[in-house]
Amino acid sequence: MAKIVTQDLKLWYGNFQALKSVNASFEAQMITAIIGPSGCGKSTLLRVLNRMNDLTEGVRTEGQVLVDGNNILGDGADLVTLRKKVGMVFQRPNPFPLSIYENIAFGERIHTGRVKRDVMDEIVERGLKSVLLWDELKDKLKSSAMSLSLEQKQRLCIARLIAVKPDVLLMDEPCSTLDPQATARIEELMYELKRDYTIIIVTHSMQQAARISDDTGFMLLGELVEFGKTKDIFTAPKDKRTEDYITGRYG
Amino acid sequence: MKRNPHLTQKIAFFLLLMATLLIVVPVGLIVVIIIQKGLPAINWQFLTDIPRQGMRAGGIFPAIVGTAYLVGGAIVFALPIGVLAAIYLSEYSKENVLSRIIKLAIINLSGVPSVVYGLFGLALFVVFFKFGASILSGALTLGIMILPIIITSSREALESVPDSFREVSLSLGASKWQTIRNIVLPNAIPGILTGTILGLGRAAGETAPILFTVAAFYLPQLPESIFDQAMALPYHLYVISTQVPNVDEKIRYGTALVLLLLVLFMNLVAIIIRSKLRKNKKW
Repeated sequence: MAKIVTQDLKLWYGNFQALKSVNASFEAQMITAIIGPSGCGKSTLLRVLNRMNDLTEGVRTEGQVLVDGNNILGDGADLVTLRKKVGMVFQRPNPFPLSIYENIAFGERIHTGRVKRDVMDEIVERGLKSVLLWDELKDKLKSSAMSLSLEQKQRLCIARLIAVKPDVLLMDEPCSTLDPQATARIEELMYELKRDYTIIIVTHSMQQAARISDDTGFMLLGELVEFGKTKDIFTAPKDKRTEDYITGRYG
Repeated sequence: MKRNPHLTQKIAFFLLLMATLLIVVPVGLIVVIIIQKGLPAINWQFLTDIPRQGMRAGGIFPAIVGTAYLVGGAIVFALPIGVLAAIYLSEYSKENVLSRIIKLAIINLSGVPSVVYGLFGLALFVVFFKFGASILSGALTLGIMILPIIITSSREALESVPDSFREVSLSLGASKWQTIRNIVLPNAIPGILTGTILGLGRAAGETAPILFTVAAFYLPQLPESIFDQAMALPYHLYVISTQVPNVDEKIRYGTALVLLLLVLFMNLVAIIIRSKLRKNKKW
């Protein structure tokens, strides 16, 4: 079932058109990868899905983005509810300069206000367990999240997001600052998470897309050139440009 | 003649060093001279007694207390307004004519001579609002004077908080205000405090703004309410240096030393906070 659907989605930064009539359908409980060369609009597409583009000045959109059937573009959309449902993991691991515990507790604190200590403890434990950090960190929950390794930080950021109980995880090149081993472990984690979440990942690594995703979209110059089963895109691309890209002719 | 680049460099370094030393020397001399001449006057009685014999003997306790009240009043007034204004400028305002006018006003406000603040305080607080010459009028005048310092430093502190923190917070569904309240402000507080303390050091040392608004020539008892006049260290120093004949040099330099130590102490606190902030800077 399609969790998120974009219909004739166009986006401009001032006069520059960054998205040209994007029609895509992101399935629930699957990993969809968006690939393409730098500046093709893949991050822009990702950031429209939870309206993070609103933070950039001079952004204008046309078309529709349906999340569970509701259009999230336009003034009427409730951004807080949207972002609780559609969360984001960023390229650079960016924990808050707070303790490990407080990082994960953040979402609960802002959304429900006062929370009983034992309830919060449980949320933190569950969050850390879901990203397989609990055993490593359970004895140092009070220490600063800034002291963690890059991989641990990125896992913590995923845990912080999961604690808000979203449906969709948007991942913007989440492994680009990590070494190959850490990348492999994060990919394993994404595989685990896919059972409960809809995952959309932007990556400039075609291998990563091929390894982990069910669906893949290839973007070029703001256009969604091809979108389909990952298997098909990588073995039998229909569009010449997709073929050129995945065979390494540019990118 | 061919120039020797190494020699040129040495000469240049020497000149730069001399220019830098020129800044250090006066500061050192001021401190040394004032300590040397003022230290003999400092004792428990000097710090805790009221002035006696037409300010030629006794202590400077009322002036110390008066300065403390003025500085405290200025902060109560200027800190909340300054921080709120900084939050508006840094987090909410868009780059437009209004925000540029506000920023220009702040820059100009910090360039206004302090005696003009004094006259302004006299006209607005003493006369128009009928607060009279009082601690309230003086504190408000000083507060306005240090407002630009607090706004500018708070704005810098807020803007130095990385945008990625704001972005994550918003992406987790926090509202803009929750983001400011929970993420931006806590990370900016050391910077805000530093600026505030530097502002207070300035407020403690200024004579002109309190001249017409609060300062009492001679007031041997302590103020009882914010509508009372009060003595203050800088004005007291001015008075015993120029208005009262035959004041022992020791007392003058002793007063100057107390004022200097007060201001240096505040700056020291600001420096310590700032260096701690730099050490803990986690991004």
